[in-house]
Amino acid sequence: MSDQTAGSPAEFRAPDSAVLDGIWRTQPGVIGWLCSVDHKEMGKRYFVTAFAFLLIGGIEALVIRVQLARPNVGLITPHQYNQLFTMHGMTMIYLYALPMLSGFSNYLWPLMLGARDMAFPRLNAVSYWIYLFAGIFMYSTWPMGQAPSAGWFNYVPLSGRDYSPGVDIDVFTLGVTFIGISTTVGSVNFIVTLLRTRAPGMSVNRLPIIVWGTMTASVANIFAVPAVSLACIMLWLDRQVGTHFFDSTNGGSPLLWQHLFWMFGHPWVYAVVLPAMGIVSDALPTFCRRPLVGYTAVALATVATMVLGFGVWLHHMFATGLPVLALSFFSAASFVIAIPSAVSVFAWIATIWTGRPVFTTAFWYFTGFIMLFVIGGVSGVMTAAVSYDWQLNDTYFIVAHLHYVLLGINVFPVIGGIYFWFPKVTGKLMNEPLGKWSFWISFIGFNLGFFPMHISGLLGMPRRIYTYSTGMGWDTANLVTSIGAFVFAIGILLTVVNLLRSLAVGPRASANPWDAATLEWSVASPPPPYNFKVIPVLASRHPLWEGRLDDENSGRSLLESGILLDHGRETLATSVLDAEPDAVLQMPADSPWPLLLALALAALFFGMLFHVVWLGAGGLAALVISMAGWLWPDQREQRPTRSPAHV
Amino acid sequence: MSDSSLSGRTFPRISGLPVAPSGDRASGWYGMLTVIATEGALFSYLLFTYFYLGSQSVNPWPPYGKLRLTIAASNTAILLASSVAAWWGQRGIERADQRQLRIGLIVALLLGAVFVGLQVVEWSNKPFTLSSDAYGSLYFTVTGFHIAHVVVGLVILALLLVWSFLGYFSQERHLRVTIGIVYWHFVDAVWLCVFTTFYLTPYLGTP
Amino acid sequence: MSYLTTNGPAADAAARLGWGLIALSSAVIVIIFGLLLSALFRRRPIPPGDVETLGAIGRKGTGLSFIYVGTGFSTLMLFVFVVWSLQALGTVAGPPESPGLTVQVTGHQYWWEVRYIGAGGRGFLTANEIHIPVGTPVRVELSSADVIHSFWVPKLVGKMQMIPGQTNVTWMQADTAGDYRGECTQLCGLQHAHMAMVVIAEPAAAFTAWWNRQLMPPASAGTQLAADGQRIFQVRCASCHAVLGTDAGGLVGPNLSHLAGRQTLGADTIPNDPDHLAHWVNNAQDVKPGNAMPAIELEPSDQSAVVAYLETLE
Repeated sequence: MSDQTAGSPAEFRAPDSAVLDGIWRTQPGVIGWLCSVDHKEMGKRYFVTAFAFLLIGGIEALVIRVQLARPNVGLITPHQYNQLFTMHGMTMIYLYALPMLSGFSNYLWPLMLGARDMAFPRLNAVSYWIYLFAGIFMYSTWPMGQAPSAGWFNYVPLSGRDYSPGVDIDVFTLGVTFIGISTTVGSVNFIVTLLRTRAPGMSVNRLPIIVWGTMTASVANIFAVPAVSLACIMLWLDRQVGTHFFDSTNGGSPLLWQHLFWMFGHPWVYAVVLPAMGIVSDALPTFCRRPLVGYTAVALATVATMVLGFGVWLHHMFATGLPVLALSFFSAASFVIAIPSAVSVFAWIATIWTGRPVFTTAFWYFTGFIMLFVIGGVSGVMTAAVSYDWQLNDTYFIVAHLHYVLLGINVFPVIGGIYFWFPKVTGKLMNEPLGKWSFWISFIGFNLGFFPMHISGLLGMPRRIYTYSTGMGWDTANLVTSIGAFVFAIGILLTVVNLLRSLAVGPRASANPWDAATLEWSVASPPPPYNFKVIPVLASRHPLWEGRLDDENSGRSLLESGILLDHGRETLATSVLDAEPDAVLQMPADSPWPLLLALALAALFFGMLFHVVWLGAGGLAALVISMAGWLWPDQREQRPTRSPAHV
Repeated sequence: MSDSSLSGRTFPRISGLPVAPSGDRASGWYGMLTVIATEGALFSYLLFTYFYLGSQSVNPWPPYGKLRLTIAASNTAILLASSVAAWWGQRGIERADQRQLRIGLIVALLLGAVFVGLQVVEWSNKPFTLSSDAYGSLYFTVTGFHIAHVVVGLVILALLLVWSFLGYFSQERHLRVTIGIVYWHFVDAVWLCVFTTFYLTPYLGTP
Repeated sequence: MSYLTTNGPAADAAARLGWGLIALSSAVIVIIFGLLLSALFRRRPIPPGDVETLGAIGRKGTGLSFIYVGTGFSTLMLFVFVVWSLQALGTVAGPPESPGLTVQVTGHQYWWEVRYIGAGGRGFLTANEIHIPVGTPVRVELSSADVIHSFWVPKLVGKMQMIPGQTNVTWMQADTAGDYRGECTQLCGLQHAHMAMVVIAEPAAAFTAWWNRQLMPPASAGTQLAADGQRIFQVRCASCHAVLGTDAGGLVGPNLSHLAGRQTLGADTIPNDPDHLAHWVNNAQDVKPGNAMPAIELEPSDQSAVVAYLETLE
């Protein structure tokens, strides 16, 4: 192989956008739409689908709040209520929380990392299609009054064959397994993308914090999701085939379900908040006109939280009769996990304090998030104390805590992130005054709705009750909560209106309307299909702020000239820690296999759900064929391995 | 191959970089490692279940006593041999020896098929079934999950064989062989853990 | 149902810890809120250059001291509370002295089976009301006949799950006489919302009198109507319910031997008075849809007879 020195003429061809566009553009029409593998397309689909599920889950919550606004309301039956709160939990936790963050990460990662796509574009597409079909699957039996109704954590024996003989729990077990496949392949994609496809110079200490957050969440999911998939498969077997995993009369144990479920469940809640915290860590500094304070501390705190997150699952089981020694260990660990969270909170406050705040809508959402994070965090610390958890657990105090952490640490940063990145994705600006109204109404409504739940919880109101009697002392708190929930819904509605209106008639956005620092703001709004005309070379964490910070030691990134790579769909692979170039990767073009594979899986799961053998067997066969077709070698791979002038 | 300083205005040298690399620089290799991590976690949870239910059991565990080792131990040797054959086949293509690759794959495939067959025999001579009790459920589920992974591995080996005959592999281009065979080794490693748990650990307890 | 104040040593230490945690949480929220407001609105020197929409980018101070001080202080407070919390756990985990009484409570969908074990094997079954003597630790052995339930009497003791196939042990003690309400706090099905109970703590003498009453069968039915009711009861109800001293021995539903002495029906769903009792007997599904007792639908005359009989079960 010949080796050319730097700067030789062959290396400096001018990039031709028309050529790159032709190479990377998704084919037009329905076929192109169905076969697209563009990460930006997948990101947008995740956004839209996850947002739709957010609204559906929200409506479920509003019905619940009408039922609970006063004592003894007879709006819905107990069975309908149990289905409602179960589907609300499943929708928000499986179908909204992580997929929404996957939407952000899928869209942003290659743009932030200086790549032309994710490492596995077709896997990206399949993870979306599986998510969509799994969501439909989870809702498929509700029209027949058979939605899952044993709660989103589905304890046995209530969810076993004896006490839930219908198809409802099979929707749960198969549905959670189904969506677990999407989560797993998505995590594989993020991990390999991060390890291999960063732009030269993007060493690990120059990564945006959302990348750190999604990376840790993805590694966690690789190890956590199998626990719940296994629990669900075991429960499906107990129900359908007569195994005895959870059957205490035949050597099984109901606590086995709780262990396996929470071994997944606890890491999962960190997986759905760490990327969102990353959104704030990346976007908030833009509106403070300075880089994040304590980048290294925040990055390490992200990883530490996730690692510790694997060691606290038993705190969901404090009341199950475990030995005091086990309780003590997990209690201490649950206190300790608050420490890395404190690091991040103080980093954000310091960034605002030492910066110069710009009060945009996104900035308000991030500020509100800090407050909600702290409230959710301290209520969590209260539950870490075992003896007090024995009073708090399974009351509305926990409902308050979980909504402060899930809405506060996921939804508020997400909405702020939407206001922040909407110009980049759509090329239009959202309306700022309407946005600020949406923030204040959402923030006030949220606190009005969920703060009183701490009170009703401390006054002894249990969770998951379809009604309550008057005279318990819970009436006022519940009424205020229901009113607050509707106010919050209005705030969300304003955001929806803003989104739709801005899509239609919003003013044009430039490449960098916020004067932000990271790579995605160096390309047009919306980005071209090929993302970057040339692969950039990074010299700092803030490529677009170099020269304007009081930091003379910072290098200068190369954004206008760089590596071209236009012999087909190509991007650059770099080494793991220091991001030095070490290979050229060939990326797949539009492909039908992801959709076909997802359809095959859907057939398999529906066949298993409704016991339709030909459908299930057909799905399995189609699955094998799709995978073989997907992996079949293609002609491009027959070209020489190294091309001397391959730039 | 790359420039020494990426912080200055010097342009990194990328000419001469491998295109669509075949070895451990390929994305697919890392992808397979993550799949192995997640499937490995799955089996870890399965074996955790065995030890957890065992620790909670009021009756002696395992309830049917020690399992006979004859077939299972032979099967272990067979699967190990098939891994060796696969490894040998991979070494062949790394030296541009197509024939060695094909023979290695065929031997690995045959030994893997024998493993499946013997496992079915092993299943049939058990005094308990999937629905006898938790132990029976666990035994057949864990070994069943493993056999499912073996079958997937056999399909992969068969595909590699077909692709080899179609001339898709060369000394530089054999990424699918590398990835497929590391999966096969993983399946073997899982069997060692399953075998140890179900067949060997009872011998470590009180006789 | 509030546990902000409690009435016994199985819960008091936790309640004190709870107030400490509330104080800590409130302080943290106030401090962070204050810091945030200051950060947002503190006066800053106006930098040169364009400050119309976006300010110029600066890096004023590293700000790391926030992280060091804040995290350091948080860690210290957390450590204090870890120690306090472990100490409280030690206090409430077990009774200070050997319990004088053991009660076995088994959870059902949606009622509480309560079995008292006395000396010399003299024990009895009751349901949904638990009497205990004041000032004595009581050992509570918990299990379930069907799904997982959870035993919780907020003023006396924290929660413990009732899991089929295993026995969990907790304890409680009431330092003052009174009625203490409890609820099931683990989703157990359709009527999880209506599975409550009451723990009645009474002075030792009153408790002994109650105990002795429970050991004796109820007086035989005095009036003709009640006697008719007993006959109908034997035919229609005895397969599920038991009454001491009669042929009714069903164990599926709550023991009714001394039903008339209880305050509520249906695990604290409705008050125990003739009208509610009649409604329940006739159509329990209408009162508590989804519970295990079917709608019996008696003739009105039969219904009055059964109600009259049940009211004699003192």
